[in-house]
Amino acid sequence: MIPTLEQLAERFSRLVATTAVLPQSPLPVTIGSTPAVAVAPPVAAGADHTIAPTAPPPPVQTVDYSLKGYHLDASISPRQVVLAAEILDQNGFALDTITGVDWIAQNEMEVVYDFFHPLSILRVVVRTRLRRDQPELPTISPVFPGANWHERETHDFFGIRFSGHPDLTPLLLPEDADYHPLRKDFTA
Amino acid sequence: MIAPTDIPDRTNLQETFVLNLGPQHPAAHGVLRIKMTMDGEYVTRAEPIPGYIHRMHEKMGENRTWAQFLPNTGRVDYLSALHYNHAFVGVVERAARIEVPPRAEFIRVITSELNRISSHLVWWSAYLVDLGGFTPLLYAFDDREKILDLLEAVTGSRLTYCYFRFGGLCNDIDDVFITGTRAFVTQMRPRLKMYRDLVTDNIILRKRLEGIGPISAELCRKYGATGPVLRGAGIAYDVRKVEPYSVYSQFDFQIPVFPEGDAMARYRVRMAEMEQSLRIIEQALDKLPAGPVMGKVPRVLKLPAGDYCYAVEAARGRHMVRVVSDNKEIPYRVKLRTPSFSNLSLYQEASKGMILPDALALLGSLDLVIPDIDR
Repeated sequence: MIPTLEQLAERFSRLVATTAVLPQSPLPVTIGSTPAVAVAPPVAAGADHTIAPTAPPPPVQTVDYSLKGYHLDASISPRQVVLAAEILDQNGFALDTITGVDWIAQNEMEVVYDFFHPLSILRVVVRTRLRRDQPELPTISPVFPGANWHERETHDFFGIRFSGHPDLTPLLLPEDADYHPLRKDFTA
Repeated sequence: MIAPTDIPDRTNLQETFVLNLGPQHPAAHGVLRIKMTMDGEYVTRAEPIPGYIHRMHEKMGENRTWAQFLPNTGRVDYLSALHYNHAFVGVVERAARIEVPPRAEFIRVITSELNRISSHLVWWSAYLVDLGGFTPLLYAFDDREKILDLLEAVTGSRLTYCYFRFGGLCNDIDDVFITGTRAFVTQMRPRLKMYRDLVTDNIILRKRLEGIGPISAELCRKYGATGPVLRGAGIAYDVRKVEPYSVYSQFDFQIPVFPEGDAMARYRVRMAEMEQSLRIIEQALDKLPAGPVMGKVPRVLKLPAGDYCYAVEAARGRHMVRVVSDNKEIPYRVKLRTPSFSNLSLYQEASKGMILPDALALLGSLDLVIPDIDR
């Protein structure tokens, strides 16, 4: 059950080409309006030889493992994270980690999901961007129960809300913490 | 052993009580609190509450230069500091495309494997103390002392090493280290055999651990558990083999795998791993190339904008560093993916229905380092 990189890239390209979301997705309608292509993160100049540094990167791209440390980089809409997790789950992937990046200059929050395959060298990065003033997206903890803690930690540090999450109380911060220290505008 | 399905679920009958374990409890080996909901002697729900030693290393990464963050890495998992050094220098070298001289890579492997043995020895002795056997600790700490002396001579510290540098190492090893390490390898082999004969094959230990705390490969995958926990569930996943970094592909060594998935399997994985580490050290000493231990590194280090990952096999499993750079001297974001965090996250599910002493035997078999969870 080890997929090839091409199969996965093709599967993710089909995902981002559609607007499919899970019917039971508990996502409010106010978010996730930005198209995935426009919100792709900056790519290292010269690191990817297939595109000019100025062109916006494609939403799904295979990258050179020796330069980046992963094989597939997929930028998707926040509504599709559960679908993406299901694709990876069906292909035997394990959840590596979930984290955020605060792009304060663009007024956006990025959520990055890392996956590894326990039986092969195949690393997948799934990323999505949210409006910084309303950072909310669905939880993937029903698909990967291990996401529960990673999402709680991301909520601790960035204030990103995972709708449908069973328990978003602080995991690493004190139980009464109302601050999010990894936000770039956080001051102690 | 009592299978979890045999326990009647009486949570709704309100006959349960809450047992607070920690944050200072000897079986947690650090400041970890576990809120146990008990039905008599059976655990119906064990909720780990980490965070008591949270230091926000990731924020510290955002207000110092790449090189200044290096000492932080050795303080995340303090028993496995060199592996964490390795992951961070690895990600910076990957991003900045710094070439590392072969001699430096070989010395990294030798010292990392010594560090792995010392880490496993601490786990082994502490675990046996948990289970009621005190004597092995005195033997294991004797062996560990030899490793600490060897590493102290080259790295300058005994626990929280900061030995690797971007592009190489801060010190070359000398003949004293090489002779001492060879002597250690020779001494350690009969010691491991003695531990096997006296402890591992001991009927008391086996009766205590066999069948306790079963963790399936599927549970590991769903929670991202790695290291001896995953290999004790029958999956031969080791970053050194699956995703070879440094010069590990040049050595002949095996990945110990035990399919039972119980505490004994995880125990056996770690004991067998120490023997494999000795093999790697021996081969690396034999093949050790001459030459410099430091490559060419720019005076002002700025990584090209973008994000980069680098994973290593630490003593507890897959440790991955993900950095985001915006082409400045200071990281934009440093994320440390630590194995103990993922390994502990499955505890609530795995401990359901166990009696309390067995739940603690399961906890110890995960080999947790609490600062590694809290970061």
